[in-house]
Amino acid sequence: MVCEPWKTQLDKYLDGELPSEQMHAFDAHVRSCGSCAAEALARVQMKRTIQAAGKRFVPSAEFRRRMQQSIEAKPRRGVAGLGWMIATATLIFLAAGLAITSLGRRQQAVQERQLYSELADLHVGTLASSSPVDVVSSDRHTVKPWFQGKIPFAFDLPELENSEFSLLGGRVTYLEQTPGAHLIYKLRKHDISVFIFPAGVSRSKKEEPSAVTKNLSFNLESWSQGGLWYCIMGDASRADIHQLAELLKRSTGLPVS
Amino acid sequence: MYVSGTDPQSDAFEELAMPLFDQLYNFAYWLTQNREETEDLVQETYVKALKGFSTFQSGTNFRAWMYRILRNTFLTSRTGLKATMTVSLDAEEDGPALASERETPETVLMERSDWQRVQRAIEDLPVAFREILLLCELEEMSYREIAETLSVPMGTVMSRLSRARRMLAERLRR
Repeated sequence: MVCEPWKTQLDKYLDGELPSEQMHAFDAHVRSCGSCAAEALARVQMKRTIQAAGKRFVPSAEFRRRMQQSIEAKPRRGVAGLGWMIATATLIFLAAGLAITSLGRRQQAVQERQLYSELADLHVGTLASSSPVDVVSSDRHTVKPWFQGKIPFAFDLPELENSEFSLLGGRVTYLEQTPGAHLIYKLRKHDISVFIFPAGVSRSKKEEPSAVTKNLSFNLESWSQGGLWYCIMGDASRADIHQLAELLKRSTGLPVS
Repeated sequence: MYVSGTDPQSDAFEELAMPLFDQLYNFAYWLTQNREETEDLVQETYVKALKGFSTFQSGTNFRAWMYRILRNTFLTSRTGLKATMTVSLDAEEDGPALASERETPETVLMERSDWQRVQRAIEDLPVAFREILLLCELEEMSYREIAETLSVPMGTVMSRLSRARRMLAERLRR
């Protein structure tokens, strides 16, 4: 058991708690020892799983508002003229408004990042799986009916005959406990995920249609249409992602919101 | 006469404390496992922290300070008292587990688990182990920050964390 001393220190190494010279020594050892490398990898995966599983509970908007108010409305004793009070109250009102707006935006941005990270996890996790799709078919007339009874909505898929995209299949997925459809498209060597959920799936998502943006190195585009929320994600180019988005939007024929 | 409004103190507090709101809420929910109690706990934490903000030394770790208030508030609540009564921290000074004791659970986990399974296993941990695991893995606190939050020595952080990981792995293996 040559590696025993290393393995007893493995958690500290992965938690970044060893002094720097020991960290370097550990790095070198892990690179040369298959057994320690495998165990380190398994423990890193475990850490990531706990991290992902741990992000679970989100405060309601109503509770957030109450908290914000209780902090801002801290009573303060003082005697002052009416004019001073009105002026102060006005300033406070304006400042609080600005603070709420900016805090609200910051929180929205954080939640948005979490939401798209979760979708990225679904995308990567699915592609890494040995059976990424539960219905394997390039025929939209096979894939679409397969979802009947499995998710609480129906959707339209585009005709792809004149495009470079091909449909690989789909599976049921969940986002914040809401069931939805996860479709995988292929474009040259790129796999692209299309997620479809009811429009109310998450308050964290962008409400307005997004242009193609970059998130966690994936290109993504999202929009709402006909009561559903769509998000396309993949490592294909921005133009390709946008092209697939346009195909999907046209297939539905309903106004985009 | 009371004037409702903000003052520089509460502005400074808000600026530091509100960005932690979501993560404190999530952590509190893991402790109480009940929405109403979580809201009460978070609210009480913020009220206590705002009241005691003048005693907070700027330049020290605000996050650990907030988590410490939340945790202490939880421990003195009815649920907290009940939860800690059932916890045994015996053999806390045993030190980290030997490597051989933890040979395969992670592999088993990766093969068989999903998020919900991990969530159930974390829920099932006694609160002292649940909190330390979440502070380390979810909040990504350093051992020193955890020691500060839990008011325990660094050695205890390491041994308790090691035990928490072992217990989680055991639950996932079942």
